Amino acid sequence: MGDWKTITVPVLSSDSKNIFQYTSERKRSPTTMNSQVLRLPLPSSKNMHSFFSAFCTEENIEQSIAYIDRELTTLGFPSIYVESKGKELNLISVINCINELLALQHKNLRAQEEVEMQHLKLGSDMDHLQNCYAKLKEQLELSKREIVGLQERDRQLQSKNRNLHQLLKNEKDEVQKLQNIISSRATQYNHDMKRKEREYNKLKDRLRQLVMNKKDKKIAMEVLNYVGRADGKRGAWRTDKTEARNEEEMYKVLLSDYEQRQKQLLVENAELKKVLQQMKKEIISLLPPQKQKPKERSEDGLVLSDLEEDIGELNKENMWELSCETVREQLTNSIRKQWRMLKNHVEKLDNQVSRGHSGAWNEKDVISREDHELETEKLELEIQQCKEMIKTQQQLLQQQLTCDDETTLLLQDCYLLEERERLQEEWRLFQEQKKNFEKERRSFTEAAIRLGLERKAFEEDRGMWLKQQFLSMTADCKHSENVTTPSAFLRSSDQDNWLVKSTSQQRKPPSVLNGPVSAEPCQTSQYITHNSIESKIAGDSMPNLWVESDDKEETGECTKSWEDSGAGTLLCRNLHMEQLP
Amino acid sequence: MNFSELFELSGLLGRFSPDGKCLALCVQHSLVVRDVSSLQVRQLYTCLDKIQYIEWSSDSLFILCAMYKRGIVQVWSLEQPDWHCKIDEGSAGLVASCWSPDGRHILNTTEFHLRITVWSLCTKSVSYIKYPKACQQGVVFTKDGRYMAVAERRDCKDFISIFVCSNWQLLRHFDTETQDLFGIEWAPNGCVLAAWDSCLEYKVLLYSLDGRLLSSYRAYEWPLGIKSVAWSPSSQFLAIGSFDEKVRILNHVTWKKITEFEHPATIASKKTIVYKEVEKSPSVETERLSFPPTKALASSLFSTQSKYEISQVPVSLQYIKPVADRANPKVGVGMLAFSADNCFLATKNDSIPNAVWVWDIRRLKLLVVLEQLCPIQGFQWDPRQPRLALCTGTSRVFLWSPAGCVAVQVPGEGDFQIVSLSWHSSGDSMVLLSKDNCCVCYLEREEVK
Repeated sequence: MGDWKTITVPVLSSDSKNIFQYTSERKRSPTTMNSQVLRLPLPSSKNMHSFFSAFCTEENIEQSIAYIDRELTTLGFPSIYVESKGKELNLISVINCINELLALQHKNLRAQEEVEMQHLKLGSDMDHLQNCYAKLKEQLELSKREIVGLQERDRQLQSKNRNLHQLLKNEKDEVQKLQNIISSRATQYNHDMKRKEREYNKLKDRLRQLVMNKKDKKIAMEVLNYVGRADGKRGAWRTDKTEARNEEEMYKVLLSDYEQRQKQLLVENAELKKVLQQMKKEIISLLPPQKQKPKERSEDGLVLSDLEEDIGELNKENMWELSCETVREQLTNSIRKQWRMLKNHVEKLDNQVSRGHSGAWNEKDVISREDHELETEKLELEIQQCKEMIKTQQQLLQQQLTCDDETTLLLQDCYLLEERERLQEEWRLFQEQKKNFEKERRSFTEAAIRLGLERKAFEEDRGMWLKQQFLSMTADCKHSENVTTPSAFLRSSDQDNWLVKSTSQQRKPPSVLNGPVSAEPCQTSQYITHNSIESKIAGDSMPNLWVESDDKEETGECTKSWEDSGAGTLLCRNLHMEQLP
Repeated sequence: MNFSELFELSGLLGRFSPDGKCLALCVQHSLVVRDVSSLQVRQLYTCLDKIQYIEWSSDSLFILCAMYKRGIVQVWSLEQPDWHCKIDEGSAGLVASCWSPDGRHILNTTEFHLRITVWSLCTKSVSYIKYPKACQQGVVFTKDGRYMAVAERRDCKDFISIFVCSNWQLLRHFDTETQDLFGIEWAPNGCVLAAWDSCLEYKVLLYSLDGRLLSSYRAYEWPLGIKSVAWSPSSQFLAIGSFDEKVRILNHVTWKKITEFEHPATIASKKTIVYKEVEKSPSVETERLSFPPTKALASSLFSTQSKYEISQVPVSLQYIKPVADRANPKVGVGMLAFSADNCFLATKNDSIPNAVWVWDIRRLKLLVVLEQLCPIQGFQWDPRQPRLALCTGTSRVFLWSPAGCVAVQVPGEGDFQIVSLSWHSSGDSMVLLSKDNCCVCYLEREEVK
């Protein structure tokens, strides 16, 4: 901070100085100019007269004018003399000059004001900056002082730390010393103890000699008569044989103890093995089989075969009876593996659960556990209610059945009869309807056939008529070009339409209509157009009739004919175009 | 629960015979043998001096009475009242006397532990065992009575000798890695011998019957070490109580520590039940008072009664800060005993003298703390079932079993301060001993579930 400040401060100051200098120059320059030209830029009103009199008098007016002219020309004004007439003043130019000078003066005054303003502003800026500078300097001082304080504290702490370290070391040394003292004392004590014990032993020996060697008559046992041994046997002599037997017996005791312990361990082992085996089975059954295998493959190929082996082993239960190392290793290894797998699985499940929990807040499709539980509770309640209802119903039924069997039977019979009658009636109605339908259908087919025949005749007729028309038209074409065939065409077609319409409205099914359209679509445009309209009408009118026959294919064909008719109109237009020129 | 009348007694010498038929009681010079069922005097023997120690032979046929001051032992036969035997150790003196497991030999330790004399009642033969070590438990027999282990000290080194009891032949003799051997104890199965160092050093050594070192255990180095040791009846566990107020339990397979039982002064665990003995001031039920007062009522008025209450944990027990500059400070686990079924361990921390701690060995957890009003004088497990009897130097006897605990006032006038107790082998009765009296306490079988 301090460094930065020390650098920045001079920069600021230099800047401001530059500005200051610049402004002062600017400020000074007009005054010097004025002093050059007018000696004093803005004299007071009192001095004005004397001043003017000092500069220009009656005598030196010429020189003054010349001087002014020179000055003005040097300042870039036009000469105040009339160029053509030597020493004659050009009044206009003088006035102009004066005007311009006055304007200049005004401008300068304004500039001066501005400059002064700027100066003031800059002065205040300067003050501000100086204040800032002072403040920063103060801060710097403060920081420096703080640093010094902190350094001092640091130094103190360090020295304290050093002292503490020293103390610790001293304490450690002390502890070490004390330990040494303790151990040295202990050894000394032990040594002394030994010495004393030796003395004591010597004394004891001496005492023993004294006490034992002296035929102490007091040391004796007075007994009325010796009693028999508890086991009834006589005491055995001490021989090498007995010694060997003792050894033998001792080892027997030890052996039996070890055998017993081994038996216990065997039992324990067997139980543990059983538990392990069961655990293994349970783990295998618990682990999802489809998950188990790919994971194992990913781990290493060998494990899979191991697992298979293990499963094979499971079958041979007596394998476990062998308590050899290999079996043990296999067992523990497989258990460990499976356990790892189970752990992974459980961890994954845990992760899923946790993710589910976290996701439940965001995702709407994941049902939260509480909702789920609530729902299941509700459902369970419903089930309960339903069950109860069923039960009550059953009870009621049972009651009914049990209370009056005969009446219920009778009632049931009545109901059955009634229903049967009703059904029969319905059946009859249905049959009638069916018959009617059949009749209608037959009439329809007949009508269709008739229509087909009529249509054929009509077509023949029409073909004849068209031929005639065509022939006549080709003959007329050469005679008069003004004859508008389209209109004739249209008219004729209209006429045809009317004819066809009347027939179609009567009894013409579209299926029959379609046949000729597809057979000869480009034969004649008129034919097509009339066909289209005909089908249009048929489409409008037909559905009412066909609902009864229930044939959907025909309606489908109807729409198809619509499309065909569209193409027909297009063709028709093309024909018109050709014929227009 | 029934109590017999009080019998005179001296030196806390009241013992049931191993077969459970008789009760031997000493009163100064005389030894009274009573029938347990009828409590009638069966035999009366008079000794030469004040009896300081008595012991039944294993077949309950003989009783030895030791008079250490005189250096003599007198043996009496129960079957032949006129049979007598007197063993005089003469100027060698006598500090300890005991039966051999066969009940036909007496082992006398002379003063200054010069030797152990083995006197036989069958033959004239006398055997000597030299250099016995003067320590807390220097001579121990296996439970089956076949072997005896003796701690010895020769040339400033500790040794252990194993003898065959049938003919006193030396079987094994080995030195131990101890500074100052303090005690030895056979495992109940008779195959492992535990030997521990004096309290200056925490060290337990485990030897096989054939003298091999099986293992050694050391919990810490500098502070005072072992205070008490106990084998579990199954020989599975070895409990070691030490001056650091902890019990460490070793297992018999690896001989490593299984667990550590601490004895803090505050019990915070919610799973522990703390039974607190509280004094019940005699109820002032004025309507029941009659004039003149009956004898029983009068006695009940003047004797305070007590009962157990269950304290709410955390409980802080009365802790006595041990005096630091005294030898044998009253701190650490000084008493511990396994129940007969191996399931429980009772301990007492000497710096909390009023409490008995019962640990569940199956769960290795603290089960119950019994907080008494007076310092515990002694406790003993019922030999047949998990039932602990304890006495606190008052006229009350306390029983704990997993079903609960009970405080029973011994009826009768006068001061009867029970300082010791011992169970009958059947677990149906026990003898309660005070300084001058004793009584037999009969427990009904139905009472204990």
